[in-house]
Amino acid sequence: MAALLEMRGIVRCYGKLRANDGIDLDVHAGEIVGLLGENGSGKSTLMKVLFGMVPPDGGGIVFRGKELAGHRPGDAMAAGIAMIHQHFMLVEAMTVVENVMLGWKESGWWLGRHAMAARIRETSERFGLALDPFARVADLPLGRRQRIEILKAVLREAELLILDEPTSNLAPSEVTELLAILRRLRQDGKGIVFITHKLPEVMAVCDTVTVLRAGKVSGRAPVAGASRAGLAGMMVGRDVTAPQILGEIAPGPIRLDIQGLSGPGLGPIDLTLRGGEILGIAGVDGNGQLELAETLAGLRRATAGRISLDGQEITRATVNARMQAGLAYMPADRSSTALVRSMTIADNLMLRDSRRAPYRRHGLLAGRAGLTKAKALMQRFDIRAPSPATPASRLSGGNQQKIVIARELDRNPAVLIAHQPTWGLDPGATHFVLERMIALRDAGACVIYISSELEEVLSISDRVAVIAGGTIAGIMARAAIDMPQLGLWMSGRAA
Amino acid sequence: MIDFLAAAIRIATPLIFAALGGILSERAGVFAVGLEGMMLMGAFSAVIGAWASSSAAVGLLLAVLGGGAIGLIVAIVTVRYRADNMVTGLTANILALGLTTYLLHILAGTAAIQVDPLGPWPIPGLSRIPVAGPLLFSHPPLTYLAVLGCAGLSVLLFRTQTGLLLRATGENPEAVFVAGADPQRLRMIAVISCGAIAGLGGAVLSLQQVGTFTDGMTGGRGYLALASLIVGRWHPWGAAAACLVFGAAEALEFRLQGFGIPVSSYVVQMMPYLIAIAVLAGLGRSTKLPAFIGKPL
Repeated sequence: MAALLEMRGIVRCYGKLRANDGIDLDVHAGEIVGLLGENGSGKSTLMKVLFGMVPPDGGGIVFRGKELAGHRPGDAMAAGIAMIHQHFMLVEAMTVVENVMLGWKESGWWLGRHAMAARIRETSERFGLALDPFARVADLPLGRRQRIEILKAVLREAELLILDEPTSNLAPSEVTELLAILRRLRQDGKGIVFITHKLPEVMAVCDTVTVLRAGKVSGRAPVAGASRAGLAGMMVGRDVTAPQILGEIAPGPIRLDIQGLSGPGLGPIDLTLRGGEILGIAGVDGNGQLELAETLAGLRRATAGRISLDGQEITRATVNARMQAGLAYMPADRSSTALVRSMTIADNLMLRDSRRAPYRRHGLLAGRAGLTKAKALMQRFDIRAPSPATPASRLSGGNQQKIVIARELDRNPAVLIAHQPTWGLDPGATHFVLERMIALRDAGACVIYISSELEEVLSISDRVAVIAGGTIAGIMARAAIDMPQLGLWMSGRAA
Repeated sequence: MIDFLAAAIRIATPLIFAALGGILSERAGVFAVGLEGMMLMGAFSAVIGAWASSSAAVGLLLAVLGGGAIGLIVAIVTVRYRADNMVTGLTANILALGLTTYLLHILAGTAAIQVDPLGPWPIPGLSRIPVAGPLLFSHPPLTYLAVLGCAGLSVLLFRTQTGLLLRATGENPEAVFVAGADPQRLRMIAVISCGAIAGLGGAVLSLQQVGTFTDGMTGGRGYLALASLIVGRWHPWGAAAACLVFGAAEALEFRLQGFGIPVSSYVVQMMPYLIAIAVLAGLGRSTKLPAFIGKPL
């Protein structure tokens, strides 16, 4: 059978960078193709070329037997290609019906909303979308909003659906439902391109996988028979099993001592950390992780208990005093708490240290010294950007997180609180973050590593604690991990 | 009582036109701060047109064009050149005040321009119904047009593709773009139409009610219209209702003055504006602005 979509030898350059360097991609009707790759590997560029958002510098596209060249998004849509963006293109103040009708010729100038609502109900039922046509988008969870986009595509008779990282904003149960919807679409004979860097989802739903690396196809395989490690290897071109802690190191002196720490939704919590130790805190999200991290960092007030760092009491200390004492903090919310997205890399790097050398001189900010320092840090922490003057918002998630790491670790902290530091990162960047945590531990600091990814916590922690209902349900050493017990702790008092 | 209600309707009519225009503009995402200037330009153009041609129809046409011209300026500056809505609107108001004063002196010199105000058009049959007849069916033509305008704009906004796209432009222009329409163009058209309709509101003041133009004769009614469209939650009928409340407040003020209450007339004249402030403060955050209003494309 002829392919629904054939892309041949696609080349697209941005300046000197060859974002797509001779890529082939085939999609058949009734097939789900996983498009895998790290951030910046060329996935998005390839889809932009396909959808007519940027013209290719070379290569050709044939869709449903017809050549597609010099097209614009409108032409792509008319030909039967639908793109479901990561950020939904919906009007939140309007209902589902209104969003479906928006700009659609077939709904006519006089809007027949009840006739359209009937069509929506019918299609929604057929694909298991469970959408109420008269619900306001603003009242719907993200998973439902995504289904409106899918619904729009299906109603407009799209034959090929491109989903750009469709699961990144979804709760786990919503992901399961989305995968079921995709299977129904496949049954209906639609072709689907599923862009992601999450391997388990690819394994669960895709028929074949095409892996991109640095603008080229680095591998192509049917999912049946492929292994996760093999696919991950294709993505980054090296072994990406999580870095392991190499051997025990003699525990140092007590560095962080938390006794009876309480606050709204938190505690009481007792924890003692020694130098050269990573304490992983596992648990279902929303069980006090944020409260704990922010209380330790000084962003929330503790109502009872005490925190001491290297013997110095910091329970009531200001954020700045805690930093002086040797505390570093990587918040989970990278884009609004950890960074100022509109500011440059250099400004973000000096954000927390602007009152110290080399950033401050004679009471003023030393701009040039800051830039020099920023360049050095960018090199040391492998922050890939044109210059220190690039706004943080232009970087990928991985590079943004590297800015945070560079800023926090450059201070040589005694204690690091890292909250979901690998959230949303691709395997390569995740590897980098974990490596840095281990290096810090080996240098004699201690790390509190809070994450809801249990596998990750297990791989890099000397001890694993479980937080549930705002308190520590239990702690066990790495050598004596008892999975059923961990599970019990996590579910026992889960919020 | 009938006199009082009829006065309320009379005072509300120019406000309703301006509010309808403002709804178009704000639904498309541009704050309608320039309503005052658009009304004033419309009021001026209407009288000049009618005076020069001795035809009320020409006056009304010029009112549409004059108000639309201010709308065009606001549209170009805010949509095309992405200037701040508030500053642009206020500037347009000052521009209209200066321009009308200046042109009036050039065109009329010291002579007073007088045209015949538009008389009432009693609707045959209906106008003879007791109470309702004199109250609802014996108005000058533009008053009926205001009611038709409310109905027309409601249908346009909520029953047609054009209205859907327009509302979406004020909420999420990117979605409009992805849907294949041009949000920038829609905004331009909305703001220019806003000027044209507000210009008609100005014509009500000058051509329908007094038959002459005086400097700055709108006297803040554009801002009152702005307040009513917010109170009316960007809905034509809601805004019209708010305009009627403000009209009633002003009508009441004339009555009170008639009774010779020992309060300064200036204090009494503040009434509609005080009510507007009180209502807006009371609504506070519960009002739902179009999400993308005031933001450039």
